[in-house]
Amino acid sequence: MSNLKQIQEEIVDEFALFDDWMQRYEYMIELGKSLPIIDASKKTDNNIIKGCQSRVWLHADLNEDKVVYSADSDAIITKGIIALLIRVFSNQHPDDIIGADTKFIDEIGLKEHLSPTRANGLVSMINQIKNYAIVYKTQLS
Amino acid sequence: MANKQSLDTTLSFPVEKIKKDFPILQREVNGHPLVYFDNAATSQTPQQVIDVIADYYQNYNANIHRGVHTLSQIATDAYEQAREKIRAHFNANKSYEIIFTAGTTHAINLVANGYTSLLSKEDEVLVSALEHHSNIVPWQIMCEKTGATLKVIPMLENGELDMLAFDQLLSNKTKLVFVNHVSNALGTINPIEEIIKKAHQVGAKVLIDGAQAAPHIQADVQALDVDFYTVSAHKMCGPTGVGVLYGKEELLNLMPPYQGGGEMIAEVSFEKTTYAGLPHKFEAGTPNICGGIAFGAALDYMHSIGFDNIATYENELLVYATEKLSEIEGTRIFGTSTDKKTAVISFNFEGIHPYDAGTILDKLGIAVRTGHHCAQPIMDFYAIPGTIRASFAFYNTKAEIDLMINALKKAKMMLS
Repeated sequence: MSNLKQIQEEIVDEFALFDDWMQRYEYMIELGKSLPIIDASKKTDNNIIKGCQSRVWLHADLNEDKVVYSADSDAIITKGIIALLIRVFSNQHPDDIIGADTKFIDEIGLKEHLSPTRANGLVSMINQIKNYAIVYKTQLS
Repeated sequence: MANKQSLDTTLSFPVEKIKKDFPILQREVNGHPLVYFDNAATSQTPQQVIDVIADYYQNYNANIHRGVHTLSQIATDAYEQAREKIRAHFNANKSYEIIFTAGTTHAINLVANGYTSLLSKEDEVLVSALEHHSNIVPWQIMCEKTGATLKVIPMLENGELDMLAFDQLLSNKTKLVFVNHVSNALGTINPIEEIIKKAHQVGAKVLIDGAQAAPHIQADVQALDVDFYTVSAHKMCGPTGVGVLYGKEELLNLMPPYQGGGEMIAEVSFEKTTYAGLPHKFEAGTPNICGGIAFGAALDYMHSIGFDNIATYENELLVYATEKLSEIEGTRIFGTSTDKKTAVISFNFEGIHPYDAGTILDKLGIAVRTGHHCAQPIMDFYAIPGTIRASFAFYNTKAEIDLMINALKKAKMMLS
């Protein structure tokens, strides 16, 4: 299993292959479409993060000493970004998750989707990813 | 509003000349010429108004109503002239029935606060299902404080109010009715004449939120016999942070002050303060002086084009956009027919989230609003997460609508 930093670098390298925004977005849309990223039974009101623009569901489990995330959104571009976030954060140790940043999203030209004013649920989702990591860290210690 | 015989309008309406008045419309966004279709949120500002704002700060910026010095006098005169322009525009009886506020939301809160001391728990108030959150939440707070009951006038599938239900909800217990003149999410023009008349028959007062109507329809508050009417300057080519509450003199006098401070007092001592008369009783503190003056200039600008010409031309844009949009497969338009609404189209494509479509449109330089438009009850009614809303102004063109249609087709292709 690659570490969190390596995965972020991989994603940045992948996006460097794209010439323009349309290719980037088409890739995001494909990611959003192709990944079954949450079990339907986990799309509960408890797991929902409401944004003005789109909604996000997030669930987390502990598998040995790693946090496993699953998530979904009703908007496909949001879902594409979620797929990237899951790829980076899922199956990682809580300490690595707590210490990580999301600068790679800026580097691949999708910064605007993580703006707090965008209200698509993603900023709250990242906070929630970290909150789960903090909770599971205390369970581990 | 509707003018079905206006085939020549787009030829005779000098839109290309008008467009040049708006510097922002010359810019590019994401490498594309800006197509600005979010006018229902904020309209753009013509150079004529920008010049007035600059002139204020360059030549006569001063506090008003209390200085004996020259600049203060000039600023006071300009501010009061703007109030008079606004009075004339809405045909209010007295200029002191025009209260400057920070906008419509502030104006509604002012009335809600005033009525908090005038209502009791037996009273009922009616709010329409088509409202913006700012014409819902202040009344909920008022009802929590007074114990009065908030009842909802339901909406119909076509985006119009259920007037039969309204008749049944009205009773001698009804003290206040709140309805927007035009729905921000759907553009529906509500039958406010009928609502006001019927509400008055049971002794209820009516507040009409005119924020979405004012850029398109010149309301005559005396002819309507409306009790309160609220508008925001930033939706009618003026600056943000300024608006107006119109209220009938006797009702404004009944309400206690909203905020305490300078400007709103007659005399102050630690034993007792007496309040100033209208409009100053409701205008505590230094107001948005430049904003008020610029609001007056924005009205001058809109009158130089003419509200009737604006309405006719915008309806032409609405009809054209509706036709073009309906040709795209899977389009669902929310709201009533084009002759019963202002130049707003709220729509979705089957299987496509409005956020996704709005994101792609932005990349192509097209500004539309997506989401619930601060009108969640309407979205709940249709059981949708939100809509794409294109709202037109008199400086938009059919060529821009074509650009949006092409961009939507592209977005649809990418997202399907």
